[in-house]
Amino acid sequence: MSVLETSVGVALADPSAVTAVEATGTSALAWLVIALPLLGAALLLVGGRVTDTFGPLLATALSWGSFVLGALIVVQLYGRAAEDRSMSVQLWDWVSAGELSVHAGLLVDPLSMAFVLLITFVGSLIHVYSLGYMANDPDKRRFFAYLNLFVAAMLILVLADSYLVLFVGWEGVGLASYLLIGFWNHNPAYASAANKAFVVNRIGDFALIIAMAYMLATFGALDFATVHGSAGSATQTTLTIIGLLLLAGACGKSAQFPLQSWLGDAMAGPTPVSALIHAATMVTAGVYLVARSQAIYDLTPDARLAVAVVGAITLLYGAIVGCAKDDIKKALAASTMSQIGYMMLAVGLGPIGYIYAIFHLITHGFFKAGMFLGAGSVMHAMNDRVDMRRFGALSREVKITWITFGAGWLAIIGFPFTAGWFSKDHIIESAFSAPGWQGWVFGLVALLGAGITAFYMSRLFFMTFHGKARWEDDIHPHESPLTMTIPMMVLAVGSLVLGAVLYPTGLLSGWLEPVFGHAEGHESLLPLIAIQVSVFVLMVLGVGLAWLRYGRDEVPQVAPEASFATRAARQDLFQDEFNEQFLRRPGAALVVGLETADKDVVDNAMVGGTSRGLASLANVVRQAQNGFVRSYALTMLAGIVAILGAVWVIQ
Amino acid sequence: MFTAPEIDYLALLPLIVVFAGGLIGCLLEGFLKRSVRVSAQLWLTIGTLVIALVTLVWVARDNQGITAAGAVTIDGPTLMLQGLLLVLSILGVLVMSERLGGTTPDAFTQSGVSVPGSAEEADAVRLGGTTTEIYPLALLAVGGMMLFPAANDLLLMFIALEVLSLPLYILSGLARRRRLLSQEAALKYFLLGAFSSAFFLFGAVLLYGFAGSMRLDVIAEAIGTETGLDGLLIPGILLVATGLLFKIGAVPFHSWTPDVYQGAPTPVTGFMAACTKVAAFGAMLRVFYVGVEAARLDWQPILAAVAAITMVIGAVVSIVQTDIKRILAYSSIAHAGFILTGLLALEQVGASSTMFYLAAYGFMTVPAFALVALVRSAGSEATHVNQWAGLSRRAPWMAAAFSFLLLAFAGIPLTSGFTGKFAVFAAAIANDYAWLAVIGVLASAVTAYIYFKLIVLLYFGESRTDTVVVTPSALTTFAVVCGVLVTLGLGVAPAPVLDLAANAAQFLR
Repeated sequence: MSVLETSVGVALADPSAVTAVEATGTSALAWLVIALPLLGAALLLVGGRVTDTFGPLLATALSWGSFVLGALIVVQLYGRAAEDRSMSVQLWDWVSAGELSVHAGLLVDPLSMAFVLLITFVGSLIHVYSLGYMANDPDKRRFFAYLNLFVAAMLILVLADSYLVLFVGWEGVGLASYLLIGFWNHNPAYASAANKAFVVNRIGDFALIIAMAYMLATFGALDFATVHGSAGSATQTTLTIIGLLLLAGACGKSAQFPLQSWLGDAMAGPTPVSALIHAATMVTAGVYLVARSQAIYDLTPDARLAVAVVGAITLLYGAIVGCAKDDIKKALAASTMSQIGYMMLAVGLGPIGYIYAIFHLITHGFFKAGMFLGAGSVMHAMNDRVDMRRFGALSREVKITWITFGAGWLAIIGFPFTAGWFSKDHIIESAFSAPGWQGWVFGLVALLGAGITAFYMSRLFFMTFHGKARWEDDIHPHESPLTMTIPMMVLAVGSLVLGAVLYPTGLLSGWLEPVFGHAEGHESLLPLIAIQVSVFVLMVLGVGLAWLRYGRDEVPQVAPEASFATRAARQDLFQDEFNEQFLRRPGAALVVGLETADKDVVDNAMVGGTSRGLASLANVVRQAQNGFVRSYALTMLAGIVAILGAVWVIQ
Repeated sequence: MFTAPEIDYLALLPLIVVFAGGLIGCLLEGFLKRSVRVSAQLWLTIGTLVIALVTLVWVARDNQGITAAGAVTIDGPTLMLQGLLLVLSILGVLVMSERLGGTTPDAFTQSGVSVPGSAEEADAVRLGGTTTEIYPLALLAVGGMMLFPAANDLLLMFIALEVLSLPLYILSGLARRRRLLSQEAALKYFLLGAFSSAFFLFGAVLLYGFAGSMRLDVIAEAIGTETGLDGLLIPGILLVATGLLFKIGAVPFHSWTPDVYQGAPTPVTGFMAACTKVAAFGAMLRVFYVGVEAARLDWQPILAAVAAITMVIGAVVSIVQTDIKRILAYSSIAHAGFILTGLLALEQVGASSTMFYLAAYGFMTVPAFALVALVRSAGSEATHVNQWAGLSRRAPWMAAAFSFLLLAFAGIPLTSGFTGKFAVFAAAIANDYAWLAVIGVLASAVTAYIYFKLIVLLYFGESRTDTVVVTPSALTTFAVVCGVLVTLGLGVAPAPVLDLAANAAQFLR
């Protein structure tokens, strides 16, 4: 099977040596890619009700405009030599303080443009889908404004040429995510889900800020070119600390262990939001951050190992949680977590994994977005119910949704020759070729994860579309309108063929190679064919088991009493309980303690004591100020005598 | 045989203008009708001060030198301080003239000579008496103040001291309300002033005994050549210093300050606090920088100790005060300590930082006292801090301006107070007085406590209905706005004035 060979074309010796040249032609308009959706957000938010009628259409059009422009830039880059595809767009002097000078600028290179295409294409499709999904929502305009804001922020994030500009986008997507999770904030649970996402993300954001401060202290700059170019001059410890801090930032944004708790609750947002932000794009920003910082991670195996470990833990964690969820969106969210775990594992493997991480990121963006949109379509059909135990036998009622969802399902379980098969198998193979014990551990985890993925995704698929109908009486399922189904069809086609288009043709690897360089992995621990067969067998086992339990057998309409393990998985492996017990409670106790200390020690003892002491001293001195001019004169005389006496003693 | 000394009239023109204005004012007192006197005197005084300022900038500046038989020096520091005095006097006179809708200056009694509460006083009020003599008195005091830092001869310096002091004693006793307190303040000021003048004279005589002359340049020369007469020199320096330290209100010669500041008419307090400090520090700069610098090892430690104890006492005692004017009085004592810290640094930086601080302090003090005079309760000035509680709700602009000035007193950045403190402490540190700077910073922190307490009271205190803020006329408003703007300007962009002070800090010897 030559298409699965891990070798790719000609390599550049040192990817960090690529220097960006001044952008020309279409690339010089890269700022417009960001400006279009930003303009849309501004118009819709400022314009108010005036834009109610045409606002959603305008937002959608501007998003497509961004995509077209992005595609034109890619065409231009493609016409240049591989090593000349990195271009910079300088915008303005942003921060200039003392020795620090940060220019606001964009970096147009194959990696950022791959993201631009994914974001604008999937994002525009989801704009179209939302036209149907949100058709009856009174706040439709605000929703589209936030969507445009998100797209703009995400584009700033990936097009940034420095960590500081990246951080602007990073916070921007955080804001858009917060606004959209809490879009229906009249429901207090949704509003607190938005808060939860925001607060958990702050932890990661703070780590990113510290990482930037550390870079500034070490390299004196924050732009990628300087930081990455001089990474070699920093000590190992410094690089490891920066690497770990960046990882912590990535964990927050990408819902990786231990900052994963917010993603499940984030499903409170409208389903298109879950598809775009919490599946296809924003949650992959952590992967992008690590991949973009490859120059740092390449030099610090310890931090890289930490990335891989986090990825491995999360991929299993998400898979286990996914097995127990009955809420279709939460099951998909757990699966997202798990799939991003695969990507994290891949970037943690270093040069052998970067391309596959990005590859999986792109295919995942298609099939997971497609399945989320499918879930939205199912909810549309079922009066916004999300409990899969009350679904079943929907394949006849919503045929298009069933078929498009099926395409996504085939891709995520890694059915041969679908997009997910190409990308995930490569990650598993790369994991097996990691050096030493890591190869066994990461390889087996990835392999096991693939089996569990097949089980829980099939469970979801069968529970929803097959078996007996378990609907409530008043529900009459119906297929969604074309505005919703067409984007699903497009994404379904992508889920099936994107892998075959991008990989065997060498399109993607050739495209990304100027950024990541080329690396031969260690010899794999197992023969390739053995890995592929094992993956396939596990996949078949997982699907088969799911069919037996959820396709053939009766599914109880209420979740049955279950073993401890199942109950644990239903409750996200007690992550919220853990956070409450070991983080929030001690935190609250610390705050109470500090407040008491502040009141008793600082305010009362130190400040109060000082002022009481000074006041009593003042009251003593004040005695001399008795109003009698004779005693004033005496004071003066005493002063003069004292001064002259002092001089006399000194002399 | 007596030969008339050469006198450079052009260099002395500003002084001549001010004294002439004062004398014309005396004549107007005698010849003008009562009804036109107030406005005529006001115009004459302001006109005189403005003309003096113009002649200072256009004439005297180009005629620098030592003149009048070596008794007067017109040099950079003199001109800078004289200019500062003139500008501050203009603001001070504007505030003093505040009539608040009446026919006579509101802060001053209508009959200074009558016994408080007597039938004569009632008659004077009924007949519309005015105390317009405050204008010539103020002009004569300004003349004395301008001569004080210019004096190159201890005898002339003594005369200047008396010329500036005597009108101030009278002005202090002319308050319209609480007249007994005012007269008591005037008498105390006079007695203690006379006491300190005696010390000054005694010191001058000792220095004459040492050098055979009262001229500062001769004394400076003698310190280098005479030996074995330290018994005359050092007590002489310290006694002269005593007279000057009294004027700036340094501890232990400060006892008069709170009582006089409280008793004097509030606009006079502001004028006195700002201008007397400028003049007295100017004289100190000349004595210590020109006259006795060579003996600095003998006087510097003593002055450092005085500065330290002044800052500490001024700051600490201020926190238990309950009267706004007394708080500002103790604040002025603490500020005297801060300025002394700069003066001790010697060299050019000591002089320039001292002069900058004097400018900063002057421009915050005049408006601060002007605002104090606006807060009334039952027709009288409400100076107890509790009466100021919650004033921001009824007088937001007044509260904002006063709070800003308090921040400047505390030395918060973006106000002139910060720049000034920075300048003097930096000068002290650069010249081996880091410990004094440390004490200064700690004392600043203590004073900040009372200022912030006042601001908190102004904004968050329980509002009282019996306290009102009267609306001032354009005179006071102009002075307050000027002072606040300068305070802000010197905090935000101090460079031009710092440069001016640095360029002006060269003494002619």
